[in-house]
Amino acid sequence: MTLREQLREKISAAFYRHGLLCASYPVPIILFTSASILTCCYPLLRLPLPGTGPVEFTTGVRDYSVPSHEPQGDLGERPDWYRGPPVAYIQQVLVKAAVSPWDSSLVTVDVFRSPLGRAFSLLEEIRNHVHSDSLETLCLQVTDLFPGLRRMQSVLPEHGCLLVSPGNYWQNQRELFDSDPDLLKTIQKHEPQRPAELKHLLFGVPGKYTGVSHYNKKKVVTYTMTLVLSRYDARFLGSLRARLKQLHPSANCSLRDDHMVHVHFKEEIGIAELIPLVTTYIILFAYIYFSTRKIDMVKSKWGLALAAVVTVLSSLLMSVGLCTLFGLTPTLNGGEIFPYLVVVIGLENVLVLTKSVVSTPVDLEVKLRIAQGLSNESWSIMKNMATELCIILIGYFTLVPAIQEFCLFAVVGLVSDFFLQMFFFTTVLSIDIRRMELADLNRRLPAEAGLPPPKPGPLRTREAPPPPRPSPHTITLQTPAFRNLRLPKRLRVVYFLARTRLAQRIIMVGTVIWIGILVYTDPAGIRTYLAAQVSDQSPLGDPGGGGLPPHLGVAPVFRGGDPTSTLGINPAPAPTPIPDNQSQGHHGSSRVGPLPEAPPPSVPQITWGAEDEEGWRRLSFRHWPSLFSYYNITLAKRYISILPVIPVTVHLSPQEAIETRHPQDTKHPPPSIPKVAADIQTDLTLYKVAALGLAAGVLLVLLLFCLYRVLCPRNYGQNGVTHGRRRRGDLPCDDYGYSPPVSEISPLLLRGHSMDIECLASDGMLLASCCLAGQIRVWDAQTGDCLTVIPNHGLRRSSSSGCWEQRDGWESVSGAAETECLGSEAHGSSISGDGLSEGEGYPLRRRTAPSRPTLFTDQPDLTPLIDTNFADQPPSHLCTPPREGFDFGGLVERAYMEHEPPSASTAGTQATADWESSVWAMELRGNLIAAGRSSGKLELWDAVEGSLRCINEDGVSGITALAFLNNRIVAARLNGSLDFFTVEINKPLGLLQYRGAPGRGSMPPSPCYSSEDVISCQLTRSVQCAHQKPITVLRAAAGRVVAGSQDHTVRVYRLEDSCCLFTLQGHSGGITAIYIDQTMVLASGGQDGAICLWDVLTGSRVSHVYGHRGDVTSLVCTTSCVISSGLDDLICIWDRSTGIKLYSIQQEVGCGASLGVISESLLVTGGQGCVSFWDLNFGDLLQTVYLGQSSDGQGVRQLLVLDNAAIICDFGSELSLVYVPSVLEKLD
Amino acid sequence: SLGLSIYLSVQGGVVGVVTTNLLIRGALLFSVGVFLALVLNLLQVQRNVTLFPPDVISSIFSSAWWVPPCCGTASAMIGLLYPCIDSHLGEPHKFKREWSSVMRCVAVFVGINHASAKVDFANNVQLSLTLAALSVGLWWTFDRSRSGFGLGVSIALLATLATQLLVYNGVFQYTSPDFLYIRSWLPCIFFAGVITMGNIGRQLALYEYKFIQEKTHQD
Repeated sequence: MTLREQLREKISAAFYRHGLLCASYPVPIILFTSASILTCCYPLLRLPLPGTGPVEFTTGVRDYSVPSHEPQGDLGERPDWYRGPPVAYIQQVLVKAAVSPWDSSLVTVDVFRSPLGRAFSLLEEIRNHVHSDSLETLCLQVTDLFPGLRRMQSVLPEHGCLLVSPGNYWQNQRELFDSDPDLLKTIQKHEPQRPAELKHLLFGVPGKYTGVSHYNKKKVVTYTMTLVLSRYDARFLGSLRARLKQLHPSANCSLRDDHMVHVHFKEEIGIAELIPLVTTYIILFAYIYFSTRKIDMVKSKWGLALAAVVTVLSSLLMSVGLCTLFGLTPTLNGGEIFPYLVVVIGLENVLVLTKSVVSTPVDLEVKLRIAQGLSNESWSIMKNMATELCIILIGYFTLVPAIQEFCLFAVVGLVSDFFLQMFFFTTVLSIDIRRMELADLNRRLPAEAGLPPPKPGPLRTREAPPPPRPSPHTITLQTPAFRNLRLPKRLRVVYFLARTRLAQRIIMVGTVIWIGILVYTDPAGIRTYLAAQVSDQSPLGDPGGGGLPPHLGVAPVFRGGDPTSTLGINPAPAPTPIPDNQSQGHHGSSRVGPLPEAPPPSVPQITWGAEDEEGWRRLSFRHWPSLFSYYNITLAKRYISILPVIPVTVHLSPQEAIETRHPQDTKHPPPSIPKVAADIQTDLTLYKVAALGLAAGVLLVLLLFCLYRVLCPRNYGQNGVTHGRRRRGDLPCDDYGYSPPVSEISPLLLRGHSMDIECLASDGMLLASCCLAGQIRVWDAQTGDCLTVIPNHGLRRSSSSGCWEQRDGWESVSGAAETECLGSEAHGSSISGDGLSEGEGYPLRRRTAPSRPTLFTDQPDLTPLIDTNFADQPPSHLCTPPREGFDFGGLVERAYMEHEPPSASTAGTQATADWESSVWAMELRGNLIAAGRSSGKLELWDAVEGSLRCINEDGVSGITALAFLNNRIVAARLNGSLDFFTVEINKPLGLLQYRGAPGRGSMPPSPCYSSEDVISCQLTRSVQCAHQKPITVLRAAAGRVVAGSQDHTVRVYRLEDSCCLFTLQGHSGGITAIYIDQTMVLASGGQDGAICLWDVLTGSRVSHVYGHRGDVTSLVCTTSCVISSGLDDLICIWDRSTGIKLYSIQQEVGCGASLGVISESLLVTGGQGCVSFWDLNFGDLLQTVYLGQSSDGQGVRQLLVLDNAAIICDFGSELSLVYVPSVLEKLD
Repeated sequence: SLGLSIYLSVQGGVVGVVTTNLLIRGALLFSVGVFLALVLNLLQVQRNVTLFPPDVISSIFSSAWWVPPCCGTASAMIGLLYPCIDSHLGEPHKFKREWSSVMRCVAVFVGINHASAKVDFANNVQLSLTLAALSVGLWWTFDRSRSGFGLGVSIALLATLATQLLVYNGVFQYTSPDFLYIRSWLPCIFFAGVITMGNIGRQLALYEYKFIQEKTHQD
């Protein structure tokens, strides 16, 4: 034993013990793991919560000094980031300017033209201010703008001080400003896509506070000049502040100027970074989805999937927590590496464990199952884990810090994942498996009770009857490798969703709402844009504007409506009736307090409030990062210091305002058109946004739908083209090496018929088949041995047909003397040499059988001619393999010969079989084969001995269908009449035998006929004209005979007295299929494609559904559903109580005709050369069994389900016996 | 003649279905390629830049508009080529044929790109070697077929050559080329991309093979 094997065994044993432990004490173990998860995650609480909002810290201005880089001991509330110098100091000069007093001769442009014009002189003042240093040395020198922002080049400063003010719109040149005919247009011009962002930057206050608009009712213009300084010089700033205050005193200003605010910016995740992140997460979720989808064969798929995800997630959290505990602070962006960590850790182990456990034998104890499953996979789990650890170790030695850190996390994550798998997931799995077993038992008990009890070995005249089955067969569908099982609940939910189209609607609405929220809340998005637009261009946007007297808002409009008055070159004598001194007077009063109201000549108030103290707070928190990012300076993880604002109040006289007017200003003052235009624009924007959102929503829904179609190929309840089709080779062996038990499903081919099988009948133990050639063969349904051959000697006359000649070709080779006699006589009973053992036992069996063949009474006795001495054959025959060429037919003939010619003791003295007509219908009960012929004769054959026991020639019309129940035979004839026969057995004394074991109460014992019995078949009643047209289907069960005819009706007869109970009308076409069973369920299908369910007790129609285009070809019911197949190659499964179609399966062309139900949940259908097994609960194809080697086989037209859960179906001229896969034969 | 015509029509049906399937697969692969190209291009552009002026995204979509379609076409070709070669060589790919594995593969591919864009390495040789190891690891984990390896290497070399030609002709350029106008890790990325797209293509082709099999079986 190598070391490896020793190791392997030890690991396996350890896992086994561990599995036992986990399954034995589930609750304590789960508690323990939960506790350890929580403990390991505890350090995570200390980590800061992720967020991108900036953090502030306020210090005093007076004692300000640049903080040092080193962390200084204990400085109280000082945050970690407050180290080293800031990126920049921001000094804002807040200018409030107004033309006062306002008089009616002024136009709206005057509100902001001259106040803005003052900016240039202020700029000059600031630029030229010199204390010990000039501004040039202190300010932040910027270079190029970020590439790609060329269009902002004209507006933002380059190669110099970063000093922004509204003057930047005009390149800080007064001349350009003065010659600008439309200031607002210039301001708006630079905002093609991004509303108000540049405006915010240059004005330094939010758009609606600037007052630069035609609808400024306060008539105060506010703007800032923003100086960005790289160095803090208290003396320079102090002198600048003093100078500006001295020039433009702000009387009622009480702004505090002793605090500076440091703003720290976190790393910001922009859209550009978000896209890859979102992509990785989408891939991650797809991975998790596809992985957990593979969990099946458990009680709660969702529960286990959840457990798997919890395992992985908590192992990640544990790894981060542990790393934090040991002092490794995560520097990597957790959100970014997280998906990769999940992918590295993976869900594979969990799935492998589940697969392994569910593939253990279900009859074991749960504990043992878990332990076995664990130990089976122990080696591969350990191997995988070792490989992964190795790979990660290699990664650790790349010595790249980021990769090292990742590897560290991954290692801890892997180990904790292993721990959780072993303790948490295994325990959850054991709980789940235990639940499943209980649930399964509960579910299966009634089904088992419903199954017909096993048939004990019948008393047949056979040497070796198969040993009686000791126990009921428990059909378990659940084999581990059948994938894609879905919970029926889920199916129902899907149907519900499909019916109501709930999902689409919810997705649609949700998407629209989501997009709306997204667009609205985006700081650079539509909200600010709309707000800016509304406030800039419409009076409605101004808060408090609603209550204003109308004339105030409208007045400027009328005033501007007179362009000719100011058209002159000299604008000075414009109507300014108010003298200057008066305005000065008002000027003075304006400082004192609010003037009550002065309707036409109002005085704009300039007030300073607390909100002006830190005006930058009203800006977006991305204001500063975006300003710096234009110069490729990042503020992420850095901070800026904002100095106290310098207030500047500017009052301008109306005279000054008029002087600075541009000639165009009065020429086209804004009439009411702009307002409407603004409204329209706002409206249009809203519509645009709405349309965009809608389009995006629709697109997303379409995308999701496509994804769903791509990823979810199975089609529920639709006439899918490809999805329901059977797939060849759907016996997958998955990665983990679990494959379905293929060995159980080898079809047993029963060869012997020369032409296509016409009729097929079975009583569970025996199987009778009749081919087109008229030959009837009886097979053992258990072993597939051919027991009896009833040849059709009518073929003797046409024995020159190619088929037969070919078949008997070997005979002509084997001996010249035999050819003439045997070729004509013995071919029927010859066995075509498909098995030696079969053939060997056969004549022996025949010999001991006490029956006497009555078949060959009219045949010449040619047996002496038979030469079985093959050794004497000419040497030319040696080339043929002797086994194949061995003439068992000769033996058979000899066996026949040993009997005397038939004596009168047999019942059928007159019983000469009718060889002329063909067999149209056949039934098998007990040992008797009832064959209905086209000539109208009803023959009863002994199935074992192959002798004709009885014949009835009362009818002349061909028998189209037969029903054989108990001792009654019902024959439906072509002319629509229904004949009831009684089989009477006159047993010799002491030979009365009954089949069946005691205790089988449900089924009446069917008599077993022994060969000595005299069997007669009496016509008890003939119902002439039972139907107007030929009877197409005849079924008998539960003491009823149901006949369906082409005359669109179904009639129910009582079997005992052949009394017609009901005539069921409801179909609009001929009846093609009928199903009735012991529980009196009656279903009928017709050529109209309709399926009717009837109550046999009352004769009323329970439900009526149209299921197929074309005939219904086959109908089967289970306790819960009805399965129908039609000419449209569709198999539909209906709910029996409600008549709602559950789903349908699209079959291949021309093979939807044969159906069979093996158990409550297992459906078998015949196809082209194959049979398929379907899970009725889920509509899943479980397995397809190919009957022949060549795939171009004929379709399976008839299919019988035997009691021993085998199915028999015809396959061209062959029969195929298929044992249902995964039938466990449990012993009690 | 009836049988013949039926046979022909069925054959025609198969051919038609196959071509539509091929088209659908191609379209899927194309869209996947375009999407990945956009996302990964974004990752590359992001290198060393953490804050973006708002125009970066629009410039990505406008300036190099030809990159995503090229990548999409290439990935469609690769994704169709892989199953084709598999069937020609007669060794159908059996290793890990399921969607979860494919998703894992895509995630690792994105991770490799992420590493190439975000992780700061000491020098370029280290970066390239690491990425090469990762790419080969990707192949070993998700593919393990000789044909896949050969095709991956050859396509990666071809693509590298094409990129070099493009750069040489001045269509675009790398900020810091370290190997004949390009970055030395480019072949590794190409290789990983080829393996990934081949994986997706094979997985998609699984559906079609099943379909064809059943169709021919039906005939």
